[in-house]
Amino acid sequence: MNKDTSHINSLENEAIYIMREVAAQFEKPVLLFSGGKDSITLVRLAVKAFYPAKVPFPLMHIDTGHNFPETIEFRDRLCKELGLELIVRNVQDSIDEGKVKEESGRYASRNMLQTTTLLDAIEEFKFDACIGGARRDEEKARAKERIFSVRDDFGQWDEKNQRPELFDMLNGDIEHGQNVRVFPISNWTELDVWSYIERENIEIPSIYFAHKRKVFLRDGMIWSAEDEVVYRDDNEEVIEEMVRFRTVGDMSCTAAVLSDASTISKVVEEIRDSTISERGARIDDKRSEAAMEKRKQQGYF
Amino acid sequence: MEVLKIATAGSVDDGKSTLIGRILYDTKSLTTDKLEAIEKTSKQRGYDYLDFSLATDGLVAEREQGITIDVAHIYFSTKKKSYIIADTPGHVEYTRNMVTGASTSQASIILIDARKGVIEQTNRHFFINNLLRIKDVVVAINKMDLVDYSEETYNKIKADFSELMSKRDYQDQKITFIPVSALKGDNVVNKTDKMPWYKGQALLEHLEQLDKADIFNVGTPRFPVQYVIRPKTEDFHDFRGYAGKVYGGNLSVGDDIMVLPSKTRSKIKDIFFYDEKYETASRRSSVTITLENDINVSRGDMIVKEGDLPTIDKQFTANVCWMDSENLTVGGKYVVQHGINKVLAKVDKINHKIHPDYSGIDSEATSLGVNDIASVSFKLNKPIFYDQFKNHRTNGSFILIDPQSNNTVGVGFIQ
Repeated sequence: MNKDTSHINSLENEAIYIMREVAAQFEKPVLLFSGGKDSITLVRLAVKAFYPAKVPFPLMHIDTGHNFPETIEFRDRLCKELGLELIVRNVQDSIDEGKVKEESGRYASRNMLQTTTLLDAIEEFKFDACIGGARRDEEKARAKERIFSVRDDFGQWDEKNQRPELFDMLNGDIEHGQNVRVFPISNWTELDVWSYIERENIEIPSIYFAHKRKVFLRDGMIWSAEDEVVYRDDNEEVIEEMVRFRTVGDMSCTAAVLSDASTISKVVEEIRDSTISERGARIDDKRSEAAMEKRKQQGYF
Repeated sequence: MEVLKIATAGSVDDGKSTLIGRILYDTKSLTTDKLEAIEKTSKQRGYDYLDFSLATDGLVAEREQGITIDVAHIYFSTKKKSYIIADTPGHVEYTRNMVTGASTSQASIILIDARKGVIEQTNRHFFINNLLRIKDVVVAINKMDLVDYSEETYNKIKADFSELMSKRDYQDQKITFIPVSALKGDNVVNKTDKMPWYKGQALLEHLEQLDKADIFNVGTPRFPVQYVIRPKTEDFHDFRGYAGKVYGGNLSVGDDIMVLPSKTRSKIKDIFFYDEKYETASRRSSVTITLENDINVSRGDMIVKEGDLPTIDKQFTANVCWMDSENLTVGGKYVVQHGINKVLAKVDKINHKIHPDYSGIDSEATSLGVNDIASVSFKLNKPIFYDQFKNHRTNGSFILIDPQSNNTVGVGFIQ
């Protein structure tokens, strides 16, 4: 039996327990899927939690329109193979409807704009629980997150007044119009996720592995030069390097790292020795010390 | 690789966040970018040292006031262990968050400022640790650098704290005293030469050799049914599986079981973990169980071994830690969430309030305010299946939910 000897097993058992609580306590849950390694891990856990029955909730992707093509292709294939229902809502539509304004300039990103599209979609489908792949080790404000994180009508997070969570007990009681963000892999670290992907032999998009890519340097970070979405000055020189991505957010705010890790086990090894934290390669968190907390209050994941 | 969950408790300014930051720094767990951020901010503020608390206090308000408001979870690992630290606020008004952090921890660190010694907050922290039956407690006497690393000061604090220990309810708790300076890094990760009179281990050394105590003590198996799995597909036409987490002890294929509340008997037919079958489900594992006969089982029911029943009753008495700004009152109606099971409850009686500074009890209390701890009797609208907290951590605890606000307003430990 999966004896409680390994750290990963206990994290897996905890996450499966949380998935089942969501299915039991809420009427319309949804799994927020980005195509990144964390949400792919969530899908795996959801499949395990309800086997041999189907996962009793759909997946939803808030597509910024700036995703790596590899990610989108992977997303569609995964849902097809596992027979999962996929809902896609586009940030482009929110822009076209005049609900949000495209940022401009060299640091323009659609990452912030996702929030509006997400809240509208929650409203549209009347979702009362959104499962997300956020982890407490990612960032200081996220370290404060509960597993069941209650959001008000505006999707806002009141960090000073969070419900206590005790032992294994998860209180999902909410009023009409509120929803809960659920984070089954709260207690996993980046390395735990990678170790799990390795152990379970889970397929992930190719951009997580080292590949030759045309890139350019800015602010000491490596940016993809192959995708038009990423703003590049004429004087920023394009070079070809072996790189991989540690996160697969919006292309315009996701930097690459130099790497020759071409397999999962090499990636795990590299992360173990890494001295830059995962979000160090996410430019939108660097905007200010409180960047993540502000986004969370406004209804970001 | 095992994991150890540790809760930290200390009063405002005891240097808790600094201690954790120091552990991260000395174990090389702080990544370059985080370290740079700390260096930058420390410099901006004109400090002549690195302010490690910046690594843990994640909220703007916390950074403004320099205090910890809510539980932060911090992760690091050494070659021997993975650690999860629940960094909890020490401020009296955030006691509920401290209880929250401590509820899932196997060990805890209580911080004392060497200049202040044992204060009322210390009593409270210790009381909560004892109430929650945390097996290993480290009393870290911090800021030793500010008292000239004095052995006398250390011994006095130790003697004062030992007086508390004599009054505790849970006597088997292991308590270890360590003199440290989080700011200077003395006895945190590395043993210092500034206190030759101290013969014990540095803090991390001590944590490294703790047995991974199973906080969910081996008791009797309790399997609350979380979710009924009915695929209704071609391949699994008649499949009816009961999904849940095993608490207490193990369950095995062939075990004679009883389903509560109906007391229907059956046998365990299969134990699934995903698509694999197992002979035994060990505690803390999230499995799916099928039974020999087709009986009616739904969420909130409990599967137990035959002849190994919990108490089945519509009333119980518990130590309650109240967490809401609205008072708990006699006659008040709440939802008791016991595991995954929710039932309506009425406060029958407040037996007595317990002063968490060990100064005695108050038998006249008619209501409880935030952070109060008391023995309370409840009446329920239907029976639950419970054990005493001292015998069964999970099946002996519950939370209280206010049906008006839906908030979690209290936690209880069944006596």
